Amino acid sequence: MTTSVKPKFAMYWAASCGGCEIAVLNIHEKILDVDANFEVVFWPVAMDAKYKDVEAMEDGSILLTLFNGGIRNDENEHIAKLLRQKSKILVAFGSCACEGCIPGLANFSSRQEIFDTYYETISTDNPEHLRPQSHYKMPEGEVNIPEFYPVLKTLDQVVDVDYYMPGCPPESHQIAAVIDLVIQVLQGKAELPPKGAVIGVGNSTVCDECTRKRNVRSITAFRRIQDLAPVDPEICLLEQGIPCNGSATRSGCNARCPSAGAQCIGCYGPAEGVLDYGARLISAFASVIDAKEPEEIERILDGIPDPAGQFYRFSLAGSLLKAGVPAWKKNGQAKHAAERQRGQGK
Amino acid sequence: MTDQFEPTVIGFTCNWCSYRAADTAGTARMKYAPNIRLIRLMCSGRLDPTFVFKAFADGADGVLISGCHPGDCHYVEQNFKALRRFILMKRVLVQMGVEPGRLKLLWASAAEGAMFAAEINKFVEEIRKLGPLNWGKDEGGRMKDEISSFITHPSSFGEEVPA
Repeated sequence: MTTSVKPKFAMYWAASCGGCEIAVLNIHEKILDVDANFEVVFWPVAMDAKYKDVEAMEDGSILLTLFNGGIRNDENEHIAKLLRQKSKILVAFGSCACEGCIPGLANFSSRQEIFDTYYETISTDNPEHLRPQSHYKMPEGEVNIPEFYPVLKTLDQVVDVDYYMPGCPPESHQIAAVIDLVIQVLQGKAELPPKGAVIGVGNSTVCDECTRKRNVRSITAFRRIQDLAPVDPEICLLEQGIPCNGSATRSGCNARCPSAGAQCIGCYGPAEGVLDYGARLISAFASVIDAKEPEEIERILDGIPDPAGQFYRFSLAGSLLKAGVPAWKKNGQAKHAAERQRGQGK
Repeated sequence: MTDQFEPTVIGFTCNWCSYRAADTAGTARMKYAPNIRLIRLMCSGRLDPTFVFKAFADGADGVLISGCHPGDCHYVEQNFKALRRFILMKRVLVQMGVEPGRLKLLWASAAEGAMFAAEINKFVEEIRKLGPLNWGKDEGGRMKDEISSFITHPSSFGEEVPA
């Protein structure tokens, strides 16, 4: 078999950390199956390739593209559109591409706030207060760097997506299973799932995979896990007052964090049928609080100092509201800062 | 009159008390602001916070949650669930930069038609003062506008480096 007849594979990182690439390599010897069955044509983290090489490819000539990372700037968007055009199957790979993930948390802040933090805080040595400009004219001509968007978008807010594979990063055994499936499809032994499906996941919640014992949940105080000693190794973490996100989070990870004694933080995103992950968690957490008086409820909720961060850690950009006011409304900044301070002062 | 901002307010009412309060107001021909669109749920405890976020995301300027008075819930204590969700939702919305006054909780019994009508009027006026929220009414367009204005005027934030 010559390389030219092997189907083509691409992987790209937009606004992401690189953990998804590590997770792919973490499938160990299975990576050889990828090499045996695919010709890797574009994978910036693993091999040298130029955007113009991709641009020169025929439309639809890449069989499978795993796209990780959110859309933070116009370079990300350009490559997303380019890879959409060139790929038969485009997978939103990892939490960033699916729902924004950690980079999406920047959607709470305006660009001004983001750049102020990045370029002007105490850990930054920037005596001339330089800020990179997207377009800069020099005697030799204009130089450009990618345009930083007001909000981070998920991949499907920019292009049509065929499949979603959540996780921060997706678990390696799930990646291996998906690769196996695609290879079987290539050999005519299996069929692809319907378009728009979430792949490499379970169909329930993390709670369902978790082996901890659940009794009646009735919470009188939320605590950080490090403030609670000892943590009961057998009983549901939420029941012990640790804000565990398992009840709204899609299964697929074998409840890895709760089994190891840490709360679920929700990296596998919303469970099947959940429209807004944070809203579902607000619902769940509010249901188990054992209090009827507003003052008492407020006191218990003070145990979750950053509720928006708790509930939208991985899913802000993909949520119904997508971003906080400052990110999408210029005049929202001043008001926002004041409100936020008031919120914290409680 | 024509220049006045007319807010869109979504009201979630429970079947047993607050929707009946609206009925009482209606049968007694009491007038209240037409800005509110009431949606009947079986119980305020049925209110999924998703409804509230979807209302704001789709253009509501304010959301009212209304249920039976504490102790009067048809389903014993589900209105306390609504209360807890309300408080938690409000905290999240404030972090999102939304004014806390845009979300209101109101207990109303079936007999309190007059109070219900008066409270709706009050709430609509409060929202009118806050102005339009305009959340994602045309989110794509808005974002695009923001981007293009930014591209045309790169100096719109930060300092431009002298050439």
